[in-house]
Amino acid sequence: MSKETDILDEITTSEYKYGFTTDIETDVIPAGLNQDTIRFISAKKNEPEWMLEWRLEAFRIWQTMETPDWQNVTFPEINYQDIIYYAAPKQKVSVNSLDEIDPELRKTFEKLGISLDEQKRLTGVAVDAVIDSVSIATTFKSKLYELGIIFCSMSEAIENHPELVRKYIGSVVPVKDNYFSALNSAVFSDGSFCYIPKGVRCPMELSTYFRINAANTGQFERTLIVCEENSYVSYLEGCTAPMRDENQLHAAVVELVAHEKGEIKYSTVQNWYPGDKNGKGGIYNFVTKRGICLGNKSKISWTQVETGSAVTWKYPSVILKGDDSIGEFYSVAVTNNFQQADTGTKMIHIGKNTKSRIVSKGISAGKSQNSYRGLVEVMKRADHARNFSQCDSLLLGDKCGAHTFPYLEVENPTAQVEHEATTSKIGEDQIFYCNQRGISTEDAVALIVNGYAKEVLKQLPMEFAVEAQKLLAISLEGSVG
Amino acid sequence: MLIIKDLEARVGEKEILKGINLTVNPGEVHAIMGPNGSGKSTLASVLAGREDYEVTGGSILFQDQDLLELSPEERAREGIFLAFQYPVEIPGVTTINFLKTAVNEVRKHKGLEALDAVSFLKMMKEKSKLVEIDQALLSRSLNEGFSGGEKKRNEIFQMAMLEPKLAVLDETDSGLDIDALRIVAGGVNKLRSPLNATIVVTHYQRLLDYIVPDFVHVLWNGRIVKSGTKELALELEEKGYDWVKAEASLA
Repeated sequence: MSKETDILDEITTSEYKYGFTTDIETDVIPAGLNQDTIRFISAKKNEPEWMLEWRLEAFRIWQTMETPDWQNVTFPEINYQDIIYYAAPKQKVSVNSLDEIDPELRKTFEKLGISLDEQKRLTGVAVDAVIDSVSIATTFKSKLYELGIIFCSMSEAIENHPELVRKYIGSVVPVKDNYFSALNSAVFSDGSFCYIPKGVRCPMELSTYFRINAANTGQFERTLIVCEENSYVSYLEGCTAPMRDENQLHAAVVELVAHEKGEIKYSTVQNWYPGDKNGKGGIYNFVTKRGICLGNKSKISWTQVETGSAVTWKYPSVILKGDDSIGEFYSVAVTNNFQQADTGTKMIHIGKNTKSRIVSKGISAGKSQNSYRGLVEVMKRADHARNFSQCDSLLLGDKCGAHTFPYLEVENPTAQVEHEATTSKIGEDQIFYCNQRGISTEDAVALIVNGYAKEVLKQLPMEFAVEAQKLLAISLEGSVG
Repeated sequence: MLIIKDLEARVGEKEILKGINLTVNPGEVHAIMGPNGSGKSTLASVLAGREDYEVTGGSILFQDQDLLELSPEERAREGIFLAFQYPVEIPGVTTINFLKTAVNEVRKHKGLEALDAVSFLKMMKEKSKLVEIDQALLSRSLNEGFSGGEKKRNEIFQMAMLEPKLAVLDETDSGLDIDALRIVAGGVNKLRSPLNATIVVTHYQRLLDYIVPDFVHVLWNGRIVKSGTKELALELEEKGYDWVKAEASLA
């Protein structure tokens, strides 16, 4: 036992390797939130009047709401006046070529392994990078535009495609939905906008990287993805943040709309700074993500690998309105040290013959708390709905916790709902077995955890799957004891 | 290859090994027999480097190296293999994936390049014939849902893949029916060479009919109290352990 604790002490200081900061000139406004802040943000972005009105209305609504208290995560009260709601790298507003981007910024993205370089299109991934609140570059825009696909920052979309934004924004996650969606609607900074026209299958993975750089800022991105009839898109979201002592808030809203026979695949690999090994600092990741299968035979699937954040609080959900529509949720949520997670999904069955599938793998280590919270709701007229849910928890060590809060609300007698749950831990015997075959303890844990998370990881597009595997291993370093 | 001198070990407060002396040379097969509780499995576990067992005295030299200085994974990479009495299940990790990781660790240690997928699969196909193990089983999670016989065959299959210098078989025959026993023993025999050695820990003579030992040692009360050739095993089968215990007590 003593040998293992030595290794534990040694390795828990393993670095969060994305913890660096980028020294670039940043445009920041003073902290605080009032109507003027919102007018400022809107003006900075040259937004039309209707957008400003929308924001102001959201702000009014937010002011009437109270912070929720039902969650299974604890954090000190957030002082919303102590946050800076706009920060942007000081550089030219629009870039026509990547050479025009601040070299420091480019270096940041290189360090993160993100290539903004169009020449590297071998991977076939179109990348949009958002640093702090501003979308930096969207590669491959022109090539996609030839197909009628719009992939740009939210700010650009509001300027160039206002009718589309206006039609859909807030239609899946209404402003009033919850405290953080209201806040986001008032102060959202930027995000991605993606529109796939009828019959088009997006030929490449679309990807966005979010990075919170400036201190004391919150990042409130807003993403909207719309798939018209018979179209398909696969979208990847990756996130990192530098190590700081204070907590930073990330309250995003993501809305997905799939029309008839449209399919949206949304994958996230979240590696926000999780706080140090004593639980100091780290990102608060409070996100509202929801998709609506509007048309018949449409499909939305969420895949997430959450390894970072001090507190993760999110429920990517699917509203199955169209008949024969399908919703899927695949999740691996890792918590280590003092991290907390309260995450899961909501599948709302409204149309006929709808199907949903939930596979949630929680991994708890250190002194962390990991909760799965899921709702499967079958409405009265949702005939022949089918759901399968599997919630597994893996505990590493004896100081962490795993909790499951499944809610099943079934109002239709033809529904078929299945729920399975397991809880397990990695036994010393299993580790020793691996040791005896020449595999070190660290590698053994990685092997076992990856085997455990396999079903979820294989949902990820290949490029992400490899990174996610490595990320799992890193986030669990030193956790066996 | 292996020199154990005055080895003492305990689990918690209980002293189990009270002075073991044993020398194993390449090409040899040693059988360790003895009544329950004599310390046979403890000896196997100590050789593998299991943490629960504390070595309180003596030494173990493996290929002129102090074995007690090495971690379990280092010992494995140096060429020590333990066929577990109760092989553990690891859900989600396929035997193929597991072995690929293990084989490449050993190769890395020896300064060899990792095997690519094609070469590895080829090696697997070849070796699986040794213990007549169904390829389909190998794509499943390690030992999950395997019968006793399949688990033991999987142990020997892994041994074939890892090509150890010293194999320690901890009651490999327990829980096996006659056919399974024959296959497992057959596999072990096919792997024997003048360059490697095997320590077979067992209760019963039965296994030794198939894996014929060069030396038989009786372990009782934490010490090797009698050594002999394969005839000794036959004598034990006939007469039991009492006469050995009596002899040992008088000495």
